[in-house]
Amino acid sequence: MTARNALEALTMRPTRFLISSWPWRSLAYLAGGALMGFATVFVISVLVGLGSILALVVIGFAFYIAALLLGVAIGRLERLRMRLIDQDVLPNPHRRPPGPGLLAWLKFRLREQATWRELSYTMASAMVLCWMDAAVVTVALFVPVAFLFAPVYMAGEVPFIHSLVLAMASPVALGVAAYPVTAWAGARAAMARAILAPRSDDADARLVEVTRSRARLVDAFEVERRRIERDLHDGAQQRLVALSMQLGLARLEVPSGSAATGPLSAAQNLAKEALAELRKLIRGVHPKVLTDRGLAAALGEAAAHSPVPVNLDIRLAGRLPTHVEVAAYFVVVEALANVAKHSGANRATISGFVHAGKLFLDVRDDGRGGADPSRGSGLIGLADRVATVDGSMALSSPPGGPTLVHVEIPCAT
Amino acid sequence: MPAAGVSAPGAAVVGEPERGGPLRVVIAEDGLIVREGIAGMLRRFGHEVVAAVGDAAALIEAVGKHKPDVVVTDVRMPPTFSDEGLQAAIALRTADPALPVLVLSQYVEQTYASELLDSGRAAGVGYLLKDRIGEVEEFVDAMIQVAGGRTVVDQEVVRQLLGRRRDPLQRLTPREREVLGLMAEGRSNTAIARTLVVTEAAVAKHISSLLAKLDLPPDADDHRRVRAVLAYLRG
Repeated sequence: MTARNALEALTMRPTRFLISSWPWRSLAYLAGGALMGFATVFVISVLVGLGSILALVVIGFAFYIAALLLGVAIGRLERLRMRLIDQDVLPNPHRRPPGPGLLAWLKFRLREQATWRELSYTMASAMVLCWMDAAVVTVALFVPVAFLFAPVYMAGEVPFIHSLVLAMASPVALGVAAYPVTAWAGARAAMARAILAPRSDDADARLVEVTRSRARLVDAFEVERRRIERDLHDGAQQRLVALSMQLGLARLEVPSGSAATGPLSAAQNLAKEALAELRKLIRGVHPKVLTDRGLAAALGEAAAHSPVPVNLDIRLAGRLPTHVEVAAYFVVVEALANVAKHSGANRATISGFVHAGKLFLDVRDDGRGGADPSRGSGLIGLADRVATVDGSMALSSPPGGPTLVHVEIPCAT
Repeated sequence: MPAAGVSAPGAAVVGEPERGGPLRVVIAEDGLIVREGIAGMLRRFGHEVVAAVGDAAALIEAVGKHKPDVVVTDVRMPPTFSDEGLQAAIALRTADPALPVLVLSQYVEQTYASELLDSGRAAGVGYLLKDRIGEVEEFVDAMIQVAGGRTVVDQEVVRQLLGRRRDPLQRLTPREREVLGLMAEGRSNTAIARTLVVTEAAVAKHISSLLAKLDLPPDADDHRRVRAVLAYLRG
């Protein structure tokens, strides 16, 4: 495993770490950070000073604005500097201004959130962080150097042999110092990344907007499904139950052998069939157990309703985000329906687990295979459903089977 | 093919209902027409409805106040319309493991049935589909069974459980599977014999043979037997 950044480098074997370039790169990064901070303090003082003096003249405001925009420059510098100790490039959070010209650029930049985050980072590094950089660098260099020159300035105070031992210990001190230097550099870079990294509200705003509106649509469907389910339950289902009950009571009152017995029990059977029908419909619209108990329980119920026997191997620690649960549930239900309709399988297996922020689902069957998405089975619909939650679906179905539907859905909680 | 007797009335009632006089019942159901319907029906059969309420909080309060012989509750209740009724039933049985509870559900959900069966002591529990209310006499009988401390599980649940555990059940003959389904519904040997139109001795033979095949202890007590079978089916 190679280290990708300073913090990961700390976990290398000490022998490898100490001969690697990481400690030196960290040192350079921190020294640069200190210099950058001090330069910032100087430049801001000058700009704000000039701005205050010249505020009487309108031109003074230009200096204020320049001070505000200093963050943009510092941010760019920081993104460059970070490459010293982090192989993952920090992307530019700024968008391209819509038109040419300085004024357009200015107006655009001042409206961007990223500009203000960069300014806050600049302030933080000028007021606190650069001093800490300087302190860490100084201590890390001062101690080994002091050890090294001990024989010179301690001459006459302590026996020469003692100071010689100190001088010999200098490389050890250097090795020890490598750790705090690299650690602070790594922490510093992580802070910078946290503040400066692009967020969903700067770059790709349009893409984010699209994703959001799609998510909104999915959520709206979900709300609608639940409403329909609730209405059916509170309305039609209740009345049918009551009807069935009244018919049952009527049958008790009717003497046996009466002409009404036949029609009454026929009516009751019809009510029962309607209830069963409605139940199936409602389960298709929105399974209650999914809302109440989550994906694992709902898949258990789905497996129980499957005409083809199903083995379940679902390992989920807890609830997942609603949209993930709903998408995953319907995908499995539709996949099982496909198994029952087309595969001729004797058995299906559903396995599911979450790993590294993704839900992995597999639906296997031992049927005849040869499932073809282009032939208009529900497979395209499955893929579409998975796509609405940024997931992906893969299918393997050679002629003769077995068929495997593999689904991955990101579920960052 | 489901093994449970489909033609049998849905409510899985044990053979000889013990008619132990009128029961004091608390009903919890959010739909007014169904709630009043159940209350009227139970009164018609001579039972006393001490409270009929519409939500879980009122149910818990009513049980505390009236100490009924049996509770009949819907799974789904306000305010969230998820499973408050079931949660209330489980809470009540945790507080008083001997309290008989009959839960009515619009849907057959093994998950709910399992949670209910795991609650409280081996006192009466029932889990029935709401549709069974239409089978008026069987429904009232099921309630009496539950009040008498027995277990009543809707045959739909049993059917699904049978469907789920197909592997170890492969070893059973079709007739044994049928008997197992009826056992899981809580029926006595007599009732099973009547349903399948065979002698009780034949039923006993099937039962001991299937219990042996499933490595379950032979148990004369119907109730414990039901529990063992359900526990087995739930895997």
